[in-house]
Amino acid sequence: MTNEHKLYLKKIKKNNFLVRLFQIIIIIILIVLWQILADLHIINTFIASSPKQVINTLIKLNNTNNLYIHIWTTIYETIISFTLGTLIGCFIASLLWWNKFIGKIIDPYLTMLNSLPKVALGPIIIIWFGAGIKSIIIMSLLISLIITIINVLDGFNKTDYNKIKLLKSFKATKSQIFFKLILPSNYKTIISALKINVSMSLIGVIMGEFLVSKRGIGYLIIYGSQVFNLSLVMTGIVLLAIVSIIMYYSISILEKRLIK
Amino acid sequence: MKILDINNLRKIYHTKKDEILAVDDFSYFLEEGEFISIVGPSGCGKSTILSILCGLMDYSGGNIKIHNNYKFGYMLQEDSLFEFRNILDNCLIGLEIHKNINEESKKYVENLLKTYGLDSFKDKYPDNLSGGMRQRVALIRTLATKPDILLLDEPFSALDYQTRLKVSDDVYNIIKKEKKSAIMVTHDIAEAVSMSDKVIVLTNRPSKIKNIYEIKLDNKKSPISNRKDPKFNYYYDLIWKDIDHD
Repeated sequence: MTNEHKLYLKKIKKNNFLVRLFQIIIIIILIVLWQILADLHIINTFIASSPKQVINTLIKLNNTNNLYIHIWTTIYETIISFTLGTLIGCFIASLLWWNKFIGKIIDPYLTMLNSLPKVALGPIIIIWFGAGIKSIIIMSLLISLIITIINVLDGFNKTDYNKIKLLKSFKATKSQIFFKLILPSNYKTIISALKINVSMSLIGVIMGEFLVSKRGIGYLIIYGSQVFNLSLVMTGIVLLAIVSIIMYYSISILEKRLIK
Repeated sequence: MKILDINNLRKIYHTKKDEILAVDDFSYFLEEGEFISIVGPSGCGKSTILSILCGLMDYSGGNIKIHNNYKFGYMLQEDSLFEFRNILDNCLIGLEIHKNINEESKKYVENLLKTYGLDSFKDKYPDNLSGGMRQRVALIRTLATKPDILLLDEPFSALDYQTRLKVSDDVYNIIKKEKKSAIMVTHDIAEAVSMSDKVIVLTNRPSKIKNIYEIKLDNKKSPISNRKDPKFNYYYDLIWKDIDHD
């Protein structure tokens, strides 16, 4: 390795380190600033809470053993609806690719469902599926499923036509075209759909927990706001931020493994 | 020996607005081992003929007769290599489709790769190959299913000029060595004259045969050296004027 190359690598490393450093500095500044403003009574802790209060709430929740139940409930519901949403979404997308006629018929309904704010269906879902985990998962599915279908189908339909033509020149059947070309060449599309899906499922689960639930992070937030315990609300939001970032990075790691 | 009869081939394209007669009254009898080119003004329906022969498209009239169940192999302008398959697996795709993968057929393809200098790349992915090499892989992919007649649809037009000359030389030599017949569609007159035994000139749409030239060079060798043949320019001018007059 030449010295020039070493220097080049060093420069990249240094750059990455600086980016990470500033990211950490920003979050620390925000937290400290929040605490200082609260201590100086510039912001009202009753409506804005403070880092110390958030930590106290976390400790309290931990002592009553509820913390993990709430976190786990939300993660568990998200994983279920994420898995279901992805599987069902890819399956329906394949079906619509396979049968262009059905695809054409369904198209306006997909567009309509996609732009419809799914939360509006909340009351119906509760009445139909009861006030439990079922409703939460249905809510979350509604949000993640449509976007999965649209993205994956779009990827399928954008597959290079020349490659399809090539397979056809070998007299390939439709299922051969699908399994040898369409599916493998849309690996990346499907994984990026997974990435979107994680956040969509989480949104759906929290929305569901807002509507009906006795536990979960969404429950903490909505309960906190009802009893005007803003520390609880803030704690819920902090927990949610942590959960969502962990889930997102899990998928990113999976992506790196799979795309190799 | 005649291996392919095309009689009064006719193709009509249907669009919402109207119907377009793309090819009309196209007849040709292909001899075994013959290399022919089809040239004509752009958009005249040259590629349509190949698509029809290959079975990718229906035709509206006339008939096509293939002797001895001879098989076609189709090669397109884009190499269309699957970036998620390595070079060997790319070459095996046709055999896979035909469910015809076995020790023997695999060995045949590996030998082709070896013969045409791609052996050390067989585990590499298409991204690692230059445009010229990719096109050679595409040809081997076509040859893997042992076709008798190759249909080449502007096979070199995605390449830069230098590579293009070299690859057309390579492809020509491979085709001759494997003793295949070939029908090539191109818009490059020089390419057509340097590679073919006969050149078919088509008219503007609807494509009809305007002239068929038998290319009789003094000393016929590989395409690059054919370009230096004293008669090369004579045929070039002849065909150029033919197309220009439309």
